[in-house]
Formats: sequence, structure tokens, C-alpha cells
Amino acid sequence: MRELRLHGRGGQGTVIASKLLAVALFLEGREVQSFPMFGVERRGSPVTAFLRVDDAPIKLRCEIQEPDNLIVLDPTLIGATDITAGLKPGGRILINTDQAPEDFPRLLERFHVSTIDATGIAIRHGLGGKSQPIVNTAILGAFAADSGTITMASVRDAIREEVPMQIDANIAAAAEAVTAVRHAAMRDAHLTEVARA
Amino acid sequence: MKKVMVGNHAVAWGVRLARVEVISAYPITPQTQVVEKLSEMCADGTLAARFIKVESEHSAMAAVIGASATGVRAFTASSSHGLLYMHEMLHWAGGGRLPIVMADINRAVGPGWNIWTDQNDSLSQRDTGWVQLYCETNQEVVDTTIMAFKLAEQLNVPVMLMLDGFYLSHTAEPVDVPDQELVDRFLPRRVAPYKLDVDSPHAFGALVRPDAYMEMRFLQQDALNKVPQALEVIEKDWLRMFGRSYGAVESYRAEDAELLLVTSGTVTSTARAVVDARRGAGEAVGLLKMKMFRPFPTALLRDALRGVPRVAVLDRNVSPGHGGIFAEELRSALYDLPDAERPELFGFVLGLGGRDITPAVIDEVIEKARTGTVPGREDLWVGVNP
Repeated sequence: MRELRLHGRGGQGTVIASKLLAVALFLEGREVQSFPMFGVERRGSPVTAFLRVDDAPIKLRCEIQEPDNLIVLDPTLIGATDITAGLKPGGRILINTDQAPEDFPRLLERFHVSTIDATGIAIRHGLGGKSQPIVNTAILGAFAADSGTITMASVRDAIREEVPMQIDANIAAAAEAVTAVRHAAMRDAHLTEVARA
Repeated sequence: MKKVMVGNHAVAWGVRLARVEVISAYPITPQTQVVEKLSEMCADGTLAARFIKVESEHSAMAAVIGASATGVRAFTASSSHGLLYMHEMLHWAGGGRLPIVMADINRAVGPGWNIWTDQNDSLSQRDTGWVQLYCETNQEVVDTTIMAFKLAEQLNVPVMLMLDGFYLSHTAEPVDVPDQELVDRFLPRRVAPYKLDVDSPHAFGALVRPDAYMEMRFLQQDALNKVPQALEVIEKDWLRMFGRSYGAVESYRAEDAELLLVTSGTVTSTARAVVDARRGAGEAVGLLKMKMFRPFPTALLRDALRGVPRVAVLDRNVSPGHGGIFAEELRSALYDLPDAERPELFGFVLGLGGRDITPAVIDEVIEKARTGTVPGREDLWVGVNP
């Protein structure tokens, strides 16, 4: 079983991103379970959502304490909240930011880091307003390219099935993110690789 | 057709497939999505029901009572304080023998103000004459919603199905949506034996004197007593047509168990994972899921628990001044077993107000029940830091 946690702010589409990813994985024949952090959500406040994926039916019905992957829709949450709490060492973090993965050295000490400028992509494709871009489909395109957990084709099908409007723009945003995502390996792993070489 | 959907939408799909004719409901967290989805279905014509907007839950229940009395299929949904506000009308539906179905999204009762799950809202309505069924998965929710109408209409008793707030209501997972044609065959239109009808006038809800009131209650009791067997037959049909069944109670890996966990709602699902792990380690730990709480399935429980050395009941509820409600009622049900066959029963109160019940919490329950001594059996609160 793989467990994911998504961090965003109310209005960015964090909970929908988790549902979209669940649908995409379901379309590939996986068992899925997607749920928000149970609480009272408000525009702008931190929002957390969860996703479990497995090949067998999922029995656990409790919050995810030790995720394998993080998807961060708003980089200002890093530092503002303990975003990596419980993330397994060697886990993967995908961040919506225009910075490079190497700009997050402290995260790279224990985790693999990837970055994507999902905000820029969302604005270019007219998703949400310029002050409140909806970045969820762009970041899912990056996740497809980066994680190896899901194909872009399934993300596209899930968008077609679940997104009520601007379907083509959302698909185009996800597709642009596929090629724009940047990745840096965890430093330890990197050092090990260097040593081996 | 399989779809990924939240529990609240599974309720709405069940209502739609049951071709409900009148819906009246008032939104409240975490039930709101049920009302939203049903309004949408009524507005876009996928569900040919009359949606009656009201100013409160009391009126919502009153509206479906009126509708049900005219012989149509009626539905409502609520949570917590909304359900409590219906309390008087719940008695009217139960005593009036109206086959209304409602979904209660289990939510704790304030104060402290709390939108998260526990079962005190529905359990505090246990004496209103409603059947109570607690669900574990979104698949069970959609299936149970449809079966509930068949059960209700067969015996003229109202049925309440419960979903843990958020753990089911807001959790999306794959659901096999039953085929409409098959559901139509399973659940034909309601035929009411008595109804409000201007062409054949009858009086409803009239004064009933001491010479007849007890007979009404006796007949109500008699109908409720028939529920476990009726549900068994209905579930056999469902299994034949749709390939799934659940049972009023279900034993899971209970063979030769030294310790059985008794659970209801989503805790059951997490507990299955814990039981799997324990069995994998060679430990004789099993599970008994209680889906039905009213009527209390005494005979089924006695059969399932007879001779089991130890039983740990997990109650996501508490009767203040007494204890976990499932545990207390289960103790009564097992009292008549011979001494040698009566389990030692430990009642655990946990998960109130939405506190997470993780595998670690269930492991703690198992250890406490294994090492506990009677009479150290008084309600054990798990994970409390007063």
C-alpha cells in the first residue's frame, strides 16, 4: 500500500486533487481511498487531504500518519506548518514552486524533492484567477511524470470524468507540467551514487 | 458501473435507485452533501422526486411523515443536533408505523461543539421505534439504502442507516452502483396497506385510549422482532441479484477465537486489518461486526459469542453515568447463557468526537482485554488524558 498526503490552502483544489488522483488510479484498476483532513475548511487556510492506493481492498479507515509521498500545492506552507511530519525517510515531495529542487537543501537531507511551477502553468491556462489560480490539475501532471505511480493518460481520463468545466485547459495544464517538472534525489542517496561511481 | 464516490453520494445514489418519491431534508455538517446531491438529482430530472424545502429538521421529518402516510416512498437525512431536533417526530414515524428511510451521518453532540463522528446522536434515538443499521463501507451504504426500503415497507417500520461522519461521509472509494433495472425488480413500487386517501378516508394519529394503546405497542414490538429474519431473506435476494451481502451481525475470522472484538461502523474495517495481522502471527483473535443495533439481534449475538472466552466491545459512544452502549446491551443479551458459555466481556469507550481509532488503539484494546480481570471490567476509556 502506498499512502499520500496533500497540503494546500482552501481554494486551490487540494481535496479535488486527491479525488482526481484516486479516480485516475481507480481507472488503472487500483483500489483507492481518498479523504480530506476532517475539519472546517476556509479559503486561504491550510487544507490537508489523503490518499491510499493498493492492489487489494483497503481496510484501514484512519488518518495517514506516515505517508510515502507528499504533494505540496502551496510552498508557503513549508515552514509555516510541520509539513514533513511522519513522512517516511526517503519519501518523495512534490512542491508547487518556481524554485529548483536544489533550493530546498534541508528537505533534500532526508527526502527526494521535485518541483513544478504549477501556479505559472495554471495562470497561463486561465485556471482560476491570477490571485487565486487553481493548481491541482497542473501538479497532478507533474506527479504523473515524477512518481511513476500513475500515467498521464489516466490523469487525463480522470480530468475528463471529474472536472465540470475547462476540461481542455485542465488537460493542457497537466500535460505542460509533465515536461516541466524538475527532480533532485535525496542527498544521501546522491552521495552514495557518487561514491559508487 | 463502478464509480469512485464519497459516502454521502452513495446515500444519494441509493435513494435515486430506490425511486424515492418525496425527499425533505435540512442541511447540516457532515450530512450536507446528501442534500446537495439529491437536490441536484431532483433538479436535473434524474430523480423524479418532490424535494420539499423546510426551515428545520423537525419540519423535515414532519414532511416525510405526511408524505409516507399518503403511501409514497419518502426519505430524509440528518446528523447530530439535526437528528436530535427530530426526536419528537421520530416517535411519530415509529409509532405511526411509517416505512420512512433516513440516513444519519454519525456526528458527536455538543457541547463541546464538534462536527466529527461518534454514535451518541443515533444511539440516543434508540427507543423511538426505528430500525438502526450501522454501515462500514460506501458499498454497504448504497446497498443498505436500497434494502432498507424493502425492509421498512415489508414490516411497516422506519429504518435509519448510519455512516460515520467523514470516515465514510467524506471518504471517496470505489462503489459498484447497482443496475437500475435490477433494482426495480428487487424493489417494486410501494404498496401501502393503509394510506391518506381522499377517496377512502381514514383517521390517522387519533386519540388512542388505554384499552387499545398497549395493543399498538405490542404490534410494533412484534414487527420489530421480525426484522432480523426479514433482513436475512432480503439479503439473500440481494446476494443472488447483486453478489453481495452483509448480515445483521457478521463473524470475521472468529473460528476458535480466544478473544473476539465487537465493533460497528468504520472501526470494523480497521479492526479487520488488525485481526489479519494477529492471525498472521498465530494469535486467536477474531471479530464480530454488529450492523444491526435495533432491534437488538440478541439470538444472533448469543449464537456468535457462546463459549468465546473473552469479548472486547469497542464503543464509539457513551451513556454518561453508565458506559459504552453496545457493551451494556450486549451484557444483557448474554446474561442468560450458562456460566460456562458466557464470555468475560470488556467494554471500551474510544474514538469520541472523531478521535482517530488507529490500529495502535485497537492493539491497546486487545492487550487490555487479554490481561483484564473481572471485575476489572468496568468501562475502560482508551487514549484519554484527563
